[in-house]
Amino acid sequence: MKFDFRKFFFKKPKNELEGSENGVRTPESQFQDASIPEKLAEKCEKCGQIVLSDEFAANFGVCPKCGHYRKLDARARISMCADADTFEELFAEEEGGNPLNFPGYDEKLQSLREKTGEKEGVVCGIAKIGGVRCALFSMDYRFMMGSMGHTVGEKIAKTFEYATEHALPVVGFVLSGGARMHEGIISLMQMAKTSAAVAKHGEAGLLYISVLTDPTTGGVSASFAFEADIIMAEKGALIGFAGPRVIEQTIRQTLPEGFQRAEFIQEKGFADLIVERKEMKDKLALLLKMHCAEVLA
Amino acid sequence: MNAYEIVLKSREKGRPTALKYIGSIVENFIELHGDRRFADDKAIVAGIGTISGMPVTVIGIEKGSDTHDKIAHNFGCAHPEGYRKAVRLMKEAEKFHRPVLCFVDTSGAYCGIGAEERGQSEAIAMSILDMIRLKTPTLTVIIGEGGSGGALGLSAADEVWITETSTYSVISPEGCASILWKDSSKVAEASECLKLTANDLLSLGAAERVLAEDGFSDSFFAGLKGEIYEFFKEKMKIPPEQLAEERYRRFRKF
Ligand SMILES: [Zn+2]
Repeated sequence: MKFDFRKFFFKKPKNELEGSENGVRTPESQFQDASIPEKLAEKCEKCGQIVLSDEFAANFGVCPKCGHYRKLDARARISMCADADTFEELFAEEEGGNPLNFPGYDEKLQSLREKTGEKEGVVCGIAKIGGVRCALFSMDYRFMMGSMGHTVGEKIAKTFEYATEHALPVVGFVLSGGARMHEGIISLMQMAKTSAAVAKHGEAGLLYISVLTDPTTGGVSASFAFEADIIMAEKGALIGFAGPRVIEQTIRQTLPEGFQRAEFIQEKGFADLIVERKEMKDKLALLLKMHCAEVLA
Repeated sequence: MNAYEIVLKSREKGRPTALKYIGSIVENFIELHGDRRFADDKAIVAGIGTISGMPVTVIGIEKGSDTHDKIAHNFGCAHPEGYRKAVRLMKEAEKFHRPVLCFVDTSGAYCGIGAEERGQSEAIAMSILDMIRLKTPTLTVIIGEGGSGGALGLSAADEVWITETSTYSVISPEGCASILWKDSSKVAEASECLKLTANDLLSLGAAERVLAEDGFSDSFFAGLKGEIYEFFKEKMKIPPEQLAEERYRRFRKF
């Protein structure tokens, strides 16, 4: 694969679900350790071993030593799954404001836009996967951990509406800590707005595959994440309604190992299949092909 | 009252709960139990009855009154089977083309091991999706707390009405203060910032009517009953496909 993954890899934020506040790292900050030559080798944040950057890249951001999955940003995920040079971005101009005049929110958006080069926490468009044309959306952890405010909801709703109009399947790469609380009730309404758009797309007889990645929780989990025809979960991903810390505080007990991980979600009957990152594209392509009229013959 | 005072008022002891509304507004109420999958969730009370003779399906999140009762109703925090019961009865209402009336009063859907094991996310997601496309008139009245996704699961309606001292919010002000500002003492400030009062929701378009409270006298309930009856009477004249389309646009505007 020609695509250079290295420039898309960022360290996993320490504070996963609340990482929206301080989880953003710039590419530079991961190379603070001067003993490691920049961009040649990196330390795995899980096992601590030194891994060649090329090796990380060739392995789709999975640590070759311990199997740890690094988060992929929105465009890296699309590049990994879409056929080369087929992605055309849609709704890139959408840019939200501060609907409730929430203190500090304008500044936060501004600084995230500068740091990430993205206007908001989701990238949408059309592409081919295994030769099958589809609409897709991909959420970005660097933008307040993929939290959903007006613009994220708007772009996702528009993606479904576009797909309905053009009779395309939708593939959604989901990654979200939940609602964007700075947008209050407007954020909550995005769950309803996106659900309505998913419903209409489904009523038109079109396929929607959601790919739940780490983490998929809160309001996003309780809307379009779990409304797909086929729900794919990336190996090891944290998937649930309430975050594990909230549950622990509520029930005052420690949660069992593996609770709310993809394997647990599948075992309980809420994910159709678990996929490893390296097989994701092929699995998506095959599923898409089997939903086309003349396929596989 | 400032926003925080309204937050406290919305949770106040002795405030009428869903069963009081159902008892005051719905005649001939027959409770229907269970999701036919797992269990009957007592945080959500549902059934059929009449309003001035018009058959309706009624679904309410019930917090309970005294301590024993609150525990029985799990303090109005529903499990997945509660939302699945609600959806089952909404679909039944659609089949017989009778309106659906929901009363919402919850701090949020339950957060716990069983709720996660049984797919709280999926249950709420499908409740929103199915309700928003329902081909029969729907109305939600928020009568206390409208807590996040747990409230929205029963609020994807043609209209949302809210009583004067009720709230509807994406997160509790306590949660907002502690997550965003790491300071749980800023609850009052968070209450203001979240724009969660009935009047805020009206101006943001998330609610169509604010219902004036008078200490919840008999005439409050009688007046509300009359308004609900008139609302459904008008909505029943609209073709079901058009109703669903109007509802789509209601939520599309956000
Ligand atoms: Zn490792």
